[in-house]
Amino acid sequence: MNSKTLPSFDSIAVGDELPSLAMPPVTRHTLAIYCGASGDHNPVHVDSDFAKASGLDDVIAHGMLVMAYSGRVLTQWVPQSAIRQFQTRFMAMTRIGDAITARARVIEKRETDAERCVLVEISTANQHGEVKTTGTALIALA
Amino acid sequence: MIDHKFIGYRQPPFDAEVEKGRLRLFAKAIGETDPIYSDERAARAAGHPSLPVPPTFLFCLEMERADPYDWFRDLGIPLGQVLHGEQSFTYHRTAYAGETLTFRAELLDIYEKKNGALQFLVQRNFVTDADGQAVAEFDRTIVIRWA
Repeated sequence: MNSKTLPSFDSIAVGDELPSLAMPPVTRHTLAIYCGASGDHNPVHVDSDFAKASGLDDVIAHGMLVMAYSGRVLTQWVPQSAIRQFQTRFMAMTRIGDAITARARVIEKRETDAERCVLVEISTANQHGEVKTTGTALIALA
Repeated sequence: MIDHKFIGYRQPPFDAEVEKGRLRLFAKAIGETDPIYSDERAARAAGHPSLPVPPTFLFCLEMERADPYDWFRDLGIPLGQVLHGEQSFTYHRTAYAGETLTFRAELLDIYEKKNGALQFLVQRNFVTDADGQAVAEFDRTIVIRWA
């Protein structure tokens, strides 16, 4: 995807689905790169010895990595400047081998003081349908 | 249990520089394929002054503090019992590489669920630019598992 144009408010209907994003399975390599790139060096994400000592079976992904995948569903649909609010609830841990798919759909059309916005519901799940995050974003449209 | 007297607790303001190299590495880390997030020519061609800061990266910039978990220690929060419960952002404008952003963090709320087995702390960061203008606010809700 390259430079996007903003969809018109009138062209969008409640229930419309945004193009989804399917990511390859999370690997230790994925988490090592995200650790350095994000600045979140919590060892529970990259050091399996530490993770096991913390009572986990293995390392777990950064929740914010999964939120970043959700964010990509938004920025591949509209220019980033259209995003007014973006919120995520973390429902389950993401583990090595989880292939995350992020999906979004319009759940409300909202006209505020100065802007016409759509509220989008975003969720992520792994290949077994286990929901990892749910959330919403408020997008201003022309 | 974290005492409710800590509601309103503030951390010292913190400045973070948005570096292009970090944004490129972040784009790689999240599998970003849109070149505006990694190629400055593509960003400029799309009308941006430089590489944009992607939606969740403000959270990462705040972790540039010398010790991003220092407030856990100040309040007595056990890192090993903490989960990230919820995260939200409110954006006023897109930030770009080359900017220095100021982060001011404040503890907005502390509340309990399940008779105190779970404690929720809501921290808000106010992000401003070099002119003091608001760029964004973001709220992090952490969950402490006490039982």
